[in-house]
Amino acid sequence: MISSEMFLIDDLNKAEKMAMRDGYGEGLAEAGKIDQNVVVLCADLTESTRTDLFKAAFPERFFEMGISEQNMMGVAAGMAATGKVPFVNSFACFSPGRNWEQLRVSVCLSHNNVKIIGGHAGVGNGTDGGNQQMYEDIALTRVLPGLMVVVPADYEQAKKMTLAIASVHGPIYMRMTKPKREVVTTKGTPLTIGKAQVLRHGKDVTVVACGAMVYEALMAAEELSGKVEVEVVNVHTIKPLDKETILASISKTGRVVAAEEHSVIGGLGGAIAELLAEELPTKMRRVGMKDRFGESGEPEELMVKFGMTRREIILAISELV
Amino acid sequence: MRQLIQVKKPFWINYPDADAKINDMLPISFDDLTLAASELRQEVVKMLTNAGTGHSAGPLGSADFWTLLYLGGLINYRTSEPWWEERDRVVLSAGHYCPVLYAVLAAVGFFPKTELMTLRQLGSRLQGHPIARMLPGVETTSGPLGQGISQAVGMALAAKLDNKKWRVVCFMGDGEQDEGQVWEAYLCAAKYALSNLTVVIDRNNIQIDGHTENVMPLGSIGAKLAAFNFNVVEVDGHNFSDIAEAMGRAKVTFEKPTAIILRTIPGKGVDFMENEPAWHGKAPKPGEAVMALAELKKIRTLGGRISND
Repeated sequence: MISSEMFLIDDLNKAEKMAMRDGYGEGLAEAGKIDQNVVVLCADLTESTRTDLFKAAFPERFFEMGISEQNMMGVAAGMAATGKVPFVNSFACFSPGRNWEQLRVSVCLSHNNVKIIGGHAGVGNGTDGGNQQMYEDIALTRVLPGLMVVVPADYEQAKKMTLAIASVHGPIYMRMTKPKREVVTTKGTPLTIGKAQVLRHGKDVTVVACGAMVYEALMAAEELSGKVEVEVVNVHTIKPLDKETILASISKTGRVVAAEEHSVIGGLGGAIAELLAEELPTKMRRVGMKDRFGESGEPEELMVKFGMTRREIILAISELV
Repeated sequence: MRQLIQVKKPFWINYPDADAKINDMLPISFDDLTLAASELRQEVVKMLTNAGTGHSAGPLGSADFWTLLYLGGLINYRTSEPWWEERDRVVLSAGHYCPVLYAVLAAVGFFPKTELMTLRQLGSRLQGHPIARMLPGVETTSGPLGQGISQAVGMALAAKLDNKKWRVVCFMGDGEQDEGQVWEAYLCAAKYALSNLTVVIDRNNIQIDGHTENVMPLGSIGAKLAAFNFNVVEVDGHNFSDIAEAMGRAKVTFEKPTAIILRTIPGKGVDFMENEPAWHGKAPKPGEAVMALAELKKIRTLGGRISND
């Protein structure tokens, strides 16, 4: 049963498709209006990262850094050290892919208040091929001390999350996928960084999901409704992980499936497995990239080929119940 | 020293904030600077010997620069208020030079000199490579080369954005120029015409694996930086007058960032360390330290020209 406290859209089957990056772009311009210290850095991907809205509104606070992600991360760290709130923008494969060491030392080890936005993560850059798709970024960021990792579920949540991370002090990584995907949350849906959301109540199995896989999890739950009652938890904050909400759900259902548009190694599934191994050993399945690289194809084709749809979630559930 | 003249208040030296009491006592004669640099070198030798590990050549070679920077009135700072908003930012990009930075920070009173001997020990604020803001006066985390210059560029950009008067001095090694990030940062500094940024490169021609021109030939760093649209000044890194003049030129250059190529002798002041790549990354053993300190103490009398208590 869909949680009434989450104010999701009325009919999941009629969800409108919108891009998370558009929500981000709008949220960023709003954040710039609220806080004069917000500055935006981009590495030659202004339109793709939807930072053009901010650029148009606050040209003096927008910095085009060219194709130099390592320098961009360092410059952001230096600006943060003087009190600015820099947002660093590129594709996730380049940032934090290429500038991870700068993220580690100039930002995290130095406690600098930098927001890193990894766009086009997962299958996002579909036809561009394997090198441009990013399935390892959550693993790369989750391991860094002091770095928060957030993954909004849709356009609306990306917008809210952008405003939320701008107002929280400390380094934060936010990842988004590129394609227009179903918007399931609404303006009324609450959002607190670090607080996982039980979007649907169920007693038989818990599906923890993040990003676009949240919608897939909700649709899988709809399909199984009446046979298996699925609880769906949107873990939009991978770090710090909301242990309380997650353990409460899994101790009730006794079974768990993790679903993400990321490698099954080191991402949400990895984080949940680590938690459960110590706190609550539970039968578990992981849906995600099975330790492989991507290849050219439309994002929708790739989701099917790599097994990151509601179908695989249903299969995983059937193995557990 | 080539010159032993009293330098009072050259027009281009921006004197430290009048409120900062410490600055009333700054030694500004070249004699005093020479003695202070010698003391700095002795502290470095003691710190490294006590720690048992660390880098000797660079810190000793650049001690004259650090002495002049902090005691010669080239930058604004307040030891009683280390994070004073209007301070000039000194970014040590080549983190392995930190013993000499720590020593000069203690010398001007940012923290007690006794703490210097905790270098590299468990629980010490004097980490083997610096951590941002862990110690008063330490602006950035450094060690992985090339990261400091980008942060310095970020600080200078932020200062320009807010029309702040404070300046950024970024200290780098020459081997550090091997890192690609460095050149990304130079492009960016030139693009934004960061005249409030002074990059100081210690051209001592050595790095861990040997001479820089054998490891990865750098050629003329000055010519490269000029091509990147920097104002470039090459100086004898052991001549206070030359260094001060170059720092002054940086302050009166309004259209571009300045790079000062500091030509130094690695290990300067300790005969058996000078120009030896082997001393880039190691600390003196106690016996070696005794010899090094004896040699450095001779400088206290400026070759017998002045008395020494």
